[in-house]
Amino acid sequence: MSRRKKLVLNGEEIEKSLKRIAHEIVEKNREGEHLVFIGIMRRGVTLARRLSRLIRDIAQVEVPIGALDITLYRDDLSEIAAQPLLRKTDVPFSVKGTKVVLVDDVLFTGRTVRAALDAIIDLGRPCSIQLAVLLDRGHRELPIRADYVGRNIPTAANEVVEVKLSEDDGVDEVMIEEES
Amino acid sequence: MPLRSKDLLTIEQLSVDEINLILDTADSMKEISSRDIKKVPTLRGKTVINLFYEPSTRTRTSFEIAGKRLSADVVNISTSSSSVSKGETLKDTGKNLQAMSPDLVVIRHSAAGAPKILADALPASIINAGDGAHQHPTQALLDAFTIREKKGTFEGLTVSIIGDISHSRVARSNVACLTRLGARVKVYGPFTMIPYFVEELGAAVAPSMEDAVADTDVIMMLRIQMERQSAFLFPSLREYSTFFGLNLERLKRAKKDVLIMHPGPVNRGVEIAPEVADGPYALILEQVANGVAVRMALLYLLIGK
Repeated sequence: MSRRKKLVLNGEEIEKSLKRIAHEIVEKNREGEHLVFIGIMRRGVTLARRLSRLIRDIAQVEVPIGALDITLYRDDLSEIAAQPLLRKTDVPFSVKGTKVVLVDDVLFTGRTVRAALDAIIDLGRPCSIQLAVLLDRGHRELPIRADYVGRNIPTAANEVVEVKLSEDDGVDEVMIEEES
Repeated sequence: MPLRSKDLLTIEQLSVDEINLILDTADSMKEISSRDIKKVPTLRGKTVINLFYEPSTRTRTSFEIAGKRLSADVVNISTSSSSVSKGETLKDTGKNLQAMSPDLVVIRHSAAGAPKILADALPASIINAGDGAHQHPTQALLDAFTIREKKGTFEGLTVSIIGDISHSRVARSNVACLTRLGARVKVYGPFTMIPYFVEELGAAVAPSMEDAVADTDVIMMLRIQMERQSAFLFPSLREYSTFFGLNLERLKRAKKDVLIMHPGPVNRGVEIAPEVADGPYALILEQVANGVAVRMALLYLLIGK
């Protein structure tokens, strides 16, 4: 089977989307009071780091960052072929009473976000949880929506969206791989 | 890469990659025990049976807590209060348990090879929690995890195992595990307690107690097992403690950053002096804490899908 790749976002567009999200987060959360970022492993954590840097420039507040691995909360462990490698959850602050912004790269079925919500609430009771994603590709299987979206991209269910970030992959770009 | 076998019976069955996968997974699991809510839903609906034919506090509790932190249902069977005391065979007990559809059975038995019999007879996963003087793989894995956490690597490390090597499943599993990971292992104890052909396992015999203590990075003291033959192999506990016990005087000659380990339960004043067991280099309680993380990792890797 041959696959065709299409570039949907370049580095500049990714940066622009993140800047807009950062502004929206500051606006909606009264200059970032009690705000914390929790990124979903692995690229969500990278994006959370970038958003935290951007917000420091905009509002001069330091938003703490946590890393969440949702493997242990997945609802499809019995269905996927290969057992996923467990990574370390590292949330170095108490989430109690905070306004959590959950960060991930792509919002798809919503199942990862469902797992992340359970995982966060097991760590403590936050005041609220919001969701920020770089891309929303549709095809939700659960009643979940994002509060901040970098870009909506229409996709077919069998397409693969590949997000690359320079910290992890050496380059900033988003590609859609389609089967043809 | 998942584990290849449905069971964990020996260290020898594991590749270096598999051992590292277990240790890495345990590293991620450890954080859960430090939370306010020490529980994740991963093994919801799975059943783990602890089948212990020998007394145990640490290992049985550790498996029970590991299972419960992952939301598995854990059932404990101790043989003194079960049909085993009415003469049921191991295989029959296993088959009856299997009829109740457990996903994993943890077994400890005084006979070497008992877990293998169960593993061959049952579709459920089997973990060997100690079989006679044969193997205790989860102890070796938690020891390796503890050493890795402190030293970072096994390359260039020397580990001394001191005590009744002949009758120690902990020693057998540890030699296999540590040499696989790249450490040098030497053993020491009364000659009556050093098995023939120990070199074939990959361990050297230390020339003296002084050498075993001074020229090493990790000292692993073994318990004198009164319930096995140990008691016949040396004249008296006092003599044993004089020549093979780890006390402060001997420890003075050890490396400054030496780690002292003991699989428990400790015979205070016999193989290890109380001041050493409670001293700053002793990792005995950290071993116990890490045991939960390592067993959580194994439960997840064996039945987590």
